[in-house]
Amino acid sequence: MIRVTRKYRFSASHRLHAAVLSDEENRELYGKCDNPYGHGHNYEIAVSARGPLDPRTARVLDPAVLDRLVQEQVLRPFDHRNLNEEIPEFRGSVPTTENLANEIFRRLEAHWKSTFPADGPALEKISIAETPRNIFEVSEIHGQA
Amino acid sequence: MLITKRVEFSASHVCRSPLLSDRENEEFFGLAANPHGHGHNYAIEVTVEGNPDPVTGMVVDLKKLKDVINRKVVDIYDHRFLNHEVPPFDRIVPTAENIAIDVWQRLAPHLTKEYGRLHAVRVFETPDLYVDYFGDAA
Repeated sequence: MIRVTRKYRFSASHRLHAAVLSDEENRELYGKCDNPYGHGHNYEIAVSARGPLDPRTARVLDPAVLDRLVQEQVLRPFDHRNLNEEIPEFRGSVPTTENLANEIFRRLEAHWKSTFPADGPALEKISIAETPRNIFEVSEIHGQA
Repeated sequence: MLITKRVEFSASHVCRSPLLSDRENEEFFGLAANPHGHGHNYAIEVTVEGNPDPVTGMVVDLKKLKDVINRKVVDIYDHRFLNHEVPPFDRIVPTAENIAIDVWQRLAPHLTKEYGRLHAVRVFETPDLYVDYFGDAA
């Protein structure tokens, strides 16, 4: 088995503010990230798939096929967007990078089977860097997304 | 404990499989099927596993590990057209996957006990596309 990893980038804004907490509690908890106008990041995601070599192509997957999947499910909806306002899944949850990682994993997993053959690559994990210094990794969906 | 040594080399390759027709090759490999070849700045990360030696405090002598990787891989791959100049890529397609397997096979026989246990070979074809190979057991 071989693991293939492909990196992608998008830029988006968000505000960390939990509806169940008071304004004061939110400011206390999230600090600058609670700014009502929001703020942005250059996100970098790495998608890892694991599988056998296709004997005909000597590859685990066609990177162009993965690119199309990530483009349609993640980059097109997220890039240069306000995550709180424009991504329906974040109407009811805080777009922390933890929740963002879960949501990206969920979207890729939901379309994986219709994109790749059954005996082909499996989605192994995604990692997402909110900044080059804060990196989150998931290999299954954790907690409440 | 895992220790990783990174090296870099530049080479050209063409991705065409003899098992596929010309049309299929162009469909599967796209620009990479160009018969004239194209190049990459590759990077290889070799990860070995072991415990620090009680005397030296090191898992492996990184200078020695670098010398083995340079001698057995970089000197052979660097500034070459892989398909034409570096077997087995005259017979198998030099995808990043096959390069990772070949690097493993070139290194494994030379990594004696003093180098720890070979854990993984990572091959970057570009900074945004890389593969990891863990040997047949993984």
